[in-house]
Order: sequence, then structure tokens, then C-alpha cells
Amino acid sequence: MNPPQDRVESNADRAKPESLRELFVFFSLLALQGFGGIVAFIERGLVVQKKWMTREEFLEDWAVARTMPGPPAINMSIVIGARHFGVIGAIVSVTGMFLVPTGVVLVLAVLYAQFNDQPQVVDALKGMGSVAAGLIIATGLRLLTALRSNVMGVTVCAVLALASFVLVALLQWRVMYVLLMLGIVACGYAYWCIRARDRSA
Amino acid sequence: MGTLSIAMSWDDWLTLIQNFLLLSAVAMGGPLVLLPEMRRLLVDTHGWLTDDQMSASVVIAQAAPGPNVLFVALLGWNVGLNNGSYGWAFFGAAALMIAMLLPSSLMVFSTARWIHKNGHKAGVRAFKQGMSPIVVALLIASGWTLATTGTSSLGDWPFWLVTAVTTGLVLWGKIHMFWLLAIGAFLGATGLLSWA
Repeated sequence: MNPPQDRVESNADRAKPESLRELFVFFSLLALQGFGGIVAFIERGLVVQKKWMTREEFLEDWAVARTMPGPPAINMSIVIGARHFGVIGAIVSVTGMFLVPTGVVLVLAVLYAQFNDQPQVVDALKGMGSVAAGLIIATGLRLLTALRSNVMGVTVCAVLALASFVLVALLQWRVMYVLLMLGIVACGYAYWCIRARDRSA
Repeated sequence: MGTLSIAMSWDDWLTLIQNFLLLSAVAMGGPLVLLPEMRRLLVDTHGWLTDDQMSASVVIAQAAPGPNVLFVALLGWNVGLNNGSYGWAFFGAAALMIAMLLPSSLMVFSTARWIHKNGHKAGVRAFKQGMSPIVVALLIASGWTLATTGTSSLGDWPFWLVTAVTTGLVLWGKIHMFWLLAIGAFLGATGLLSWA
């Protein structure tokens, strides 16, 4: 029996995309499956199926993708593509995200012009919206587990996460203000923790 | 949806594209945040789109597979249709989509590169670690918002139940997420969620 692989694996022999083609197909399929919340499919695809990264690494990249301008899911595909194949990789990943879905959405637009007065269509969309919400919430909850190894400690992470959720979801603050306000505090504290740990190590 | 008949000059297209290039660079947290800004530009200021076309573009993009930002392609598509032909519609869709993605993508690309090279620096690690709990919470919050907008009354509890059950099934079940969406569409279309 072989020992469990994930313990002995170093960064060098971690699974990674073999070709631009694989990258393109991967992101095309993700985009075509994702209704309303591609992030759920990206997380599952990268961490569980392809194992190109751990959940902790995903979260770190997501932090970058989410704080930059542009759609976070698209940003994430750029980060992944660029890491493995540079400029070409980034372009291929984004193209994968857009090429086929754009065709689909244009066809739907033409169809919608004919069917938009059907109540069933509206109700079906509403039902899918509720499911998509569940997919996103579940992905977020799963990513919470990746915070266990966070340098700030579990308690501080929990306080920060809870505060962000209450401010945005319940009090409906603008996301940008929350990112700025809590973000500066959190990054400052994380910096202090990292310094303290490096000194004692 | 109501249509419009307009005649756009190249200067008009240029204005439109420039505006979306600018919006792209400030689109923190996704392009849907900029919807009011886009409405002001396309509907109020220039009259290139109707309000109905605007709303339909968002609804269709959310119903379709793929990133939600595709609604920008539909905005361009509809402006092109209003301008008289499917040729213009394709041009409009491509032009607005590229304008919406290019600046933000270039920024992300160069940042990702820089971060990858400087990943060992304490400042970079602090940024990733510090932002992590906040962006996770934002993800859960966006799911929460999606679940609660449009379902405001208590009679909508079946929709919330679907969201809760989905969450549980994704975390502890084995069923593929795509089938969950299909089931949601079926439940919605048959009216099983709206009886309460």
C-alpha cells in the first residue's frame, strides 16, 4: 500500500494542467455548468476534481481575485491561467470562460424575446436562483474550514467573517467600504502576526 | 421587450466603448454593482436602450450558464439591434464585452504576476491572510442576498427551504451541483414553490 499522497507531495509534483487545451476545456465546462454562481464550480473543479491547488491556496488566490476590479470568477481564471502558462494561459482561460457561454446567452436572448410572458419561465428561473444561492453559501461554508490554518487564529477570523457578513448581508453596506475598512484592520493585524511568528521561529 | 430605432455614429460607439473601458477599471466586486451607472449612460443620457431591454439583459445573463458579466454582451447586442441589424448586434456585443474585460483583466494579470514573484514577502502574505476571512464572508453574503431578493414575504418560505436543502446537499451529499439546478428549475416551473 502506498502512503497517502497528499502528505508527501511537494509543490513541484503537484497536479497541474498539462496543456492549454486542458485549461480551455476546463474553464469552458465550468462556465457552462455555472448558473448564477460559477465560483461554486471553480472551487470544486480546482480543489476536488483536478487537485491543482489545496483549499487554503484557493482561498488565498480568491482573496486577490475578489479584491481586484472585474468579476471575481474571471479574475480567478486569469490567476490560474497565468500561473501555469503565462500570458497565453491567461488569455486561453478567459476565452474558455466566455466563448461558448456568449453563444448560448445570445441564443437565449433571441428565445427570451418570444417566451418572456410565460409565467413558468419566470418561476423556473426563480427556482434556479434559490438553488444557486445554496451552491454559493455551501462553497463559502466549505472555505471557512480553510481558515483554520490562518495566521490570525480562528477566533479573530471568526469575528472578521461574522462582522463582514452582518455588514454586507444584513445591514447592506457597500462591499467596497467593508473591504476597505475591515480589510485594512485585518491586513495590519495579519502583518503583525506574521512578523511575531517569524521572530519567534 | 420593447425595441428602439436609433442611428449611431462612430463617435457614439467610441463614447460607449470608452465609458465601458472606464467602468471596467473601477468594477470592484463584479460588474452588477455598476448597473445603475450603466443604466444612466445607456437609457437616461443617450437613449440607446429601453429600460426593459436593460432589465431583460440582466435576467437572461443570470438565467444562462456562464459568468453573469455576460449581461454586458447582451447590452451591446441590444444597442446593435436598436441600431438596425444583427451585424451591429454582433459588433456591439463583442465591443462592449471586450471593453468591460480588458482593463480589469490587465490589472489582475499584472497584480497576479507581481504577487506570485513576491509571495514570500510579509506584506503580501499579510494581505492574503488578512483578506481571507472577509472574502469568505462576502461569498456567503452574496448567496444570502441572492436567496432573499425577490422573495421577501413569508409565503416565499419554500424558496428559502430550497436554498437551505441545497446548501446541505452540497456540503454532505453526493449529488452533482448541475442536477440540483435542474431540480430547482423543475420545482419552480411546476409552481411547487409558489403555492404557499
